[in-house]
Amino acid sequence: MGKNLSTFTSGIVKNNPTFVLVLGMCPTLATTSSAANGMGMGAATMFVLIMSNIVISLIKNLIPDKVRIPAYIVVIASFVTVVQLLMQAYLPDLYNTLGVFIPLIVVNCIILGRAEAFASKNGVWASALDGAGIGLGFTLSLTLIGMVREILGNGQIFGMDLWQGGGALIFVLAPGAFIVLGYLMILFRKLTAKK
Amino acid sequence: MEMFAIIIGAIFVNNVVLSQFLGICPFLGVSNKVETSMGMGAAVTFVMAISSLVVYLLQYYVLVPLGMEYMQTIVFILVIAALVQMVEIILKKISPSLYQALGIFLPLITTNCAVLGVALLLVQKEFNLVESVVYAISTALGFALALVIFAGLRERLELADTPKAVKGVPIALITAGILAMAFMGFSGLV
Repeated sequence: MGKNLSTFTSGIVKNNPTFVLVLGMCPTLATTSSAANGMGMGAATMFVLIMSNIVISLIKNLIPDKVRIPAYIVVIASFVTVVQLLMQAYLPDLYNTLGVFIPLIVVNCIILGRAEAFASKNGVWASALDGAGIGLGFTLSLTLIGMVREILGNGQIFGMDLWQGGGALIFVLAPGAFIVLGYLMILFRKLTAKK
Repeated sequence: MEMFAIIIGAIFVNNVVLSQFLGICPFLGVSNKVETSMGMGAAVTFVMAISSLVVYLLQYYVLVPLGMEYMQTIVFILVIAALVQMVEIILKKISPSLYQALGIFLPLITTNCAVLGVALLLVQKEFNLVESVVYAISTALGFALALVIFAGLRERLELADTPKAVKGVPIALITAGILAMAFMGFSGLV
């Protein structure tokens, strides 16, 4: 159980996909203009990650080694399509905001990376936990970046006004994404280096 | 005139890296040297032009008549992956010198979300065939431009005396932010 727990928690801080591994940068920068958007993107990615990890660990012995990457991509793309259709049906607003980045979950290197590095070598239970841990780490990072950008840019948090008059709009626009992520990464490195 | 708007829009105003956040991975990963980033830019331009053509034909002559638009994501990614492989094989036969130059960058392109992103966007924007290819090429040129400028900046950054926690990706991100701010100056051009 201890090993399973560490599989789960390592994705959140030690192997945090955003701040430590620096993977999946496109959705991280593009969808974090508000905390809710970041969280939605994180949740969608987490779902795909857990499901594809489970399926890949189940079929890992059936796939010939040579065609494993295309096979993984088909599995991942199928779950992305599922998420895409579900979101379109039940969360149309979020679906429209995230736009092209929902289908682009397919090329998120975190997912293919975990399939190759973890799910293809481990059992179903461990793979599911790994997916959940990394997915949660990704969701938390995206929500955090979204929160910082929303507070600085609009003076809001999850759509609620913190103060009147908004903020520096630049943080909601493209340059703010790069700058906020850069400074948060510095902060993350400082905090984890002390331990 | 409309063509002109598409070209300028895709290269400067809505730069694929700095305002649409597509292709950030190679942007941060490959942009250490001006030379390699030029190679990457050329390879992306090449693949994007071909893939936009193929994807366009596939969308309007196969998926739409069959009513299978929901299969878009799966079909596009498989086609792009296969296409990159094919380009690599053909290039090796036909033009070994070009293959030498682009060689190592080609496999990396499959996971470049800009290629799939552009394929999805040109369907979303309902471009016709010529517009699609022009849009894809201009987007790729915008990508190459951002990559080369950024590589030039990073070559200098390597030599700069930055604190340990700031070195590498964080300072690159902050620099990219300032570069994105500069590119915002183009907004309103078209």
